[in-house]
Amino acid sequence: MPYRTCPILALLLLAAAVPAHAGEVRAAVAGNFKATIEALEPRFEAATGHELRVSTGSTGSLYAQIRNGAPFDAFLAADRRRPRKLAERGLAVPGSRFTYAQGRLALWSADPERVNGPQALRGEFRRLAIANPRTAPYGLAAQQALQSLGRWRSLQGRIIQGQNINQAHQFVASGNAELGFVALSQLSAPGRPERGSRWLVPQQHHAPIRQQAVLLERAADHAPAQALLRFLQGPEAAELIRRFGYTIPDDAE
Amino acid sequence: MPELLSSADWQAFRLTLALAGVTVAGLLLLGTPLAWWLACSRARWKVAVEAVVALPLVLPPTVLGFYLLVALGPHGPIGGALEALGGAPLAFTFAGLVVSSMVYSLPFVVQPLQNAFAAIGRAPLEAAATQGAGPVDRFLTVAVPLARRGFLTATTLGFAHTLGEFGVVLMVGGNIPGETQVVSIAIFEHVETLEYARAHALSAMLLLFSFALLLAVYALNRRFQAVGL
Repeated sequence: MPYRTCPILALLLLAAAVPAHAGEVRAAVAGNFKATIEALEPRFEAATGHELRVSTGSTGSLYAQIRNGAPFDAFLAADRRRPRKLAERGLAVPGSRFTYAQGRLALWSADPERVNGPQALRGEFRRLAIANPRTAPYGLAAQQALQSLGRWRSLQGRIIQGQNINQAHQFVASGNAELGFVALSQLSAPGRPERGSRWLVPQQHHAPIRQQAVLLERAADHAPAQALLRFLQGPEAAELIRRFGYTIPDDAE
Repeated sequence: MPELLSSADWQAFRLTLALAGVTVAGLLLLGTPLAWWLACSRARWKVAVEAVVALPLVLPPTVLGFYLLVALGPHGPIGGALEALGGAPLAFTFAGLVVSSMVYSLPFVVQPLQNAFAAIGRAPLEAAATQGAGPVDRFLTVAVPLARRGFLTATTLGFAHTLGEFGVVLMVGGNIPGETQVVSIAIFEHVETLEYARAHALSAMLLLFSFALLLAVYALNRRFQAVGL
């Protein structure tokens, strides 16, 4: 009996032991960019032959994981601050930092009638979802927008926080919160009709959401990771990133 | 010594105690008759009820959290019914956390009670019946005092288990200070933002508190054993 299972076992061991012929790159990706990176993934893999493995979370959460030695090769954050701090601490390659996308904040409701401007924040609602401002840059932008609109204090107690922007989006999509501040990229996936109603928050209400990517120190000489960062700066990626509602600033800083 | 716990941390701690207290009170109220029925019934489908009661022990919190989010939300059966009755949906409220915690901690209260009731056996109750005690009287004056160790264990485990709740609250809580931001969530946020000093303070506090709680119960249980209860 053992002889019959042996070839299968050997095969499994072989499959586990033989490295993929191309490289693998592990990327820590901010939640708002999830749908976009999923759309980029097959193109990157087709263009380079490397395999991309994505872990998503809030920028702050991923930052804390990297600080604690998480095995990521590249970090696609939703701000500039965390990639910069990683570079300052010697955990990221300093020269590798660049802005891969600039995001927009939207006030959104699953109800098609509810949002027609900032006055939606003065209407009747029980819950307003935002991402946690301490860990998620879009949450911070939402806090700044509410402060700028003079509604931050008065809405305390009605604001519910998601651990990241995807949870905030889910709170609104499921109807558990009537309103929420989400990333425009979560609403405008190409080829999918938009639901509900939204107000694109003018950018004077919050600091610009410049999303930076950085090569992590442990992958400084890892060709697949370098290839990913190059791919993100190329025209094919840029075109797709724009279609998800981002802009791409020319300035690197 | 600098203040180790901020006022927000204290608030989270008080809220957690309140949640555990209300949850256990509710579970004792609902769980006692259920445990009694489970201990006495000879119904064939009793095993199905026992299995349902034990489910929260084995299900990942995400399964409970997901179903609760759907059920308690405005489009769900519970949230929708409440809204139709003029109330508000329960997701992201303290009441919603109480409902969630009662589901989550159900086996920790029902199972010790059921075991305690079963251990009494029929003899003391039949003796009471021959002396003319009615069913409610028998239950309150014979079964409950004899099952006091079971009640102590159920109360403590239910309380302590609710203190340790995390995954479900993360999904249906919404991190609202003073309403749904319990200690476990506050610790998670401190860790996520690398505020290790605050995470240490809250974690140590919860650790010591839980240890003291369990220590007290085990010590009490030993004393009961020693005096033959």
